[in-house]
Amino acid sequence: MSIDRATAAKVAKLARIKVEEADLPALADDFNAILGFIEQLQELDVDAVEPMTSVTPMRLTRREDVVTDGNQQAKVLSNAPDAREGFFAVPKVVE
Amino acid sequence: MSELPKLTIAEARDALRKGEVTSVELTEACIAAIDGADALGAVVHKTPEIALDRSRAADARIKAGDAPAMCGIPVGIKDLFCTEGVASQAGSRILEGFRPEYESTVSGKLRDAGAVMLGKLNMDEFAMGSSNETSVYGNAVNPWRAEGSDTALTPGGSSGGSASAVAADLCLGATGTDTGGSIRQPAAFTGTVGLKPTYGRCSRWGIVAFASSLDQAGPMTKTVRDAAIMGAAMMGHDAKDSTSADLPVPDFEAMLTGDIRGKIIGIPREYRMDGMPEEIETLWARGRDMLADAGAEIRDITLPHTKYALPTYYVIAPAEASSNLARYDGVRFGYRAKLAQGDGITEMYEKTRAEGFGAEVRRRVMVGTYVLSAGYYDAYYNRARKVRTLIKRDFETVFDAGVDAILTPATPSAAFALGQKFDDPVQMYLNDVFTVTVNLAGLPGLSVPAGTDAQGLPLGLQLIGRPWEEGALLNVGAALERAAGFVAKPAKWW
Repeated sequence: MSIDRATAAKVAKLARIKVEEADLPALADDFNAILGFIEQLQELDVDAVEPMTSVTPMRLTRREDVVTDGNQQAKVLSNAPDAREGFFAVPKVVE
Repeated sequence: MSELPKLTIAEARDALRKGEVTSVELTEACIAAIDGADALGAVVHKTPEIALDRSRAADARIKAGDAPAMCGIPVGIKDLFCTEGVASQAGSRILEGFRPEYESTVSGKLRDAGAVMLGKLNMDEFAMGSSNETSVYGNAVNPWRAEGSDTALTPGGSSGGSASAVAADLCLGATGTDTGGSIRQPAAFTGTVGLKPTYGRCSRWGIVAFASSLDQAGPMTKTVRDAAIMGAAMMGHDAKDSTSADLPVPDFEAMLTGDIRGKIIGIPREYRMDGMPEEIETLWARGRDMLADAGAEIRDITLPHTKYALPTYYVIAPAEASSNLARYDGVRFGYRAKLAQGDGITEMYEKTRAEGFGAEVRRRVMVGTYVLSAGYYDAYYNRARKVRTLIKRDFETVFDAGVDAILTPATPSAAFALGQKFDDPVQMYLNDVFTVTVNLAGLPGLSVPAGTDAQGLPLGLQLIGRPWEEGALLNVGAALERAAGFVAKPAKWW
């Protein structure tokens, strides 16, 4: 499996990371080096193996379905780059 | 320069309780040591006012006779832990200006026990790195140098600032986190002790997430006894982390008898790597002899899927990172890129993440995105999760056969020069070859300084224990520590 420029651009788009056109070939090379390294996993026969979902055999615990926290609007917004009138503010989403 | 920062946690605790020293005196001495050590790049946000306030409160508690072991002990906190009102950036530009409104469970437990936070410690960005060279703050530097050389060496990573600070006696202990070796490798590079507990021992709540199924916090200290003391104070069940284990935390320090007679120590043949330096091989053999001399039974074992651990890790960790780091979008906290006329929300995300993340983080997020993307999920991600099952099974098989602990080298080399491996990600990943299996299997691992190389640089050995048996593991570590008698300290140049 070899990653070309177009695939690198697609992955960057999916990851929502802007990559300049000129940097795409180097990025594709990086991907190929790393994917070459993980290619070894194809050697193993894993057909009968369960994929791991939890490293310690435990059930995730549940709690009562009740409100345990809240009314912290100022704290929630305190680190926002742009907060107005009690909301997170972002550029226009819909034309 | 005061001698007080050189104390171990156990020595300081005993001296505090006897009234021979106050926490304020200890704290002031550590603050002075930190102020004189900017060249190490270890402490990236100093918090002397908080430290002095807490040390005064600790002295009052000690006087009142209400003093847990960590009360009054000055420690450093890795920048990955959210600390209330104090910058917590995970070594990244994207969390520039972020001041959490809450305290991580682990740092909160230390705070409640009376420990004194001196400041936040340097690390690789989002804990992604093995040399502390990906940090937005610049490199952390190893206090150790090769004999007759003034080349700056890496303290390892990602907990490089923690390792450097402990080795240079800027603090008595530090928190670290370990996703693939980020506590144990820097400990080995700096002649310090690092414990990665069993997955689920320390709450992950409030620790900036890298790869949630692998991340685990732990102590970085000067001695195994200190790791037992500080580790116990960091562990315990937390309802806010659904993977936190609801198990009692034993008194690890009381378990340090040093008696390991009859314990079975496994030596995995797959850890003998091609091209491994002879010094590492020799150290490993010496460690085996030391444990045998202490009365342990040495047994050759096999962990057949070891060679697949690193490639498995470099699928699973980036996949989880790509999901975890999706939250850095320039909306809720941290950095937001300046936008051009007409830029919409997608441009805001893309520019913010391109400018806010460093090169290695961008690379791993994109690799993770790729292995999770439609058409590749089964070929890479699902396959890696299946191999992870096999790697864990390897360990279960040897533990079921009676092995109590496993002895391996901690790292494939001593500390290397800053810059030496930075341009080749795959070469850098090989640093974690001996440590990463432990995270994949969720086991406890301990790095103990055991000797020096020909250039006088520290080398560590790793012990791997059964799940939840950190106490027994630390006890084997204490026996190894005693036999190795590693007492060297870096000569001060900073």
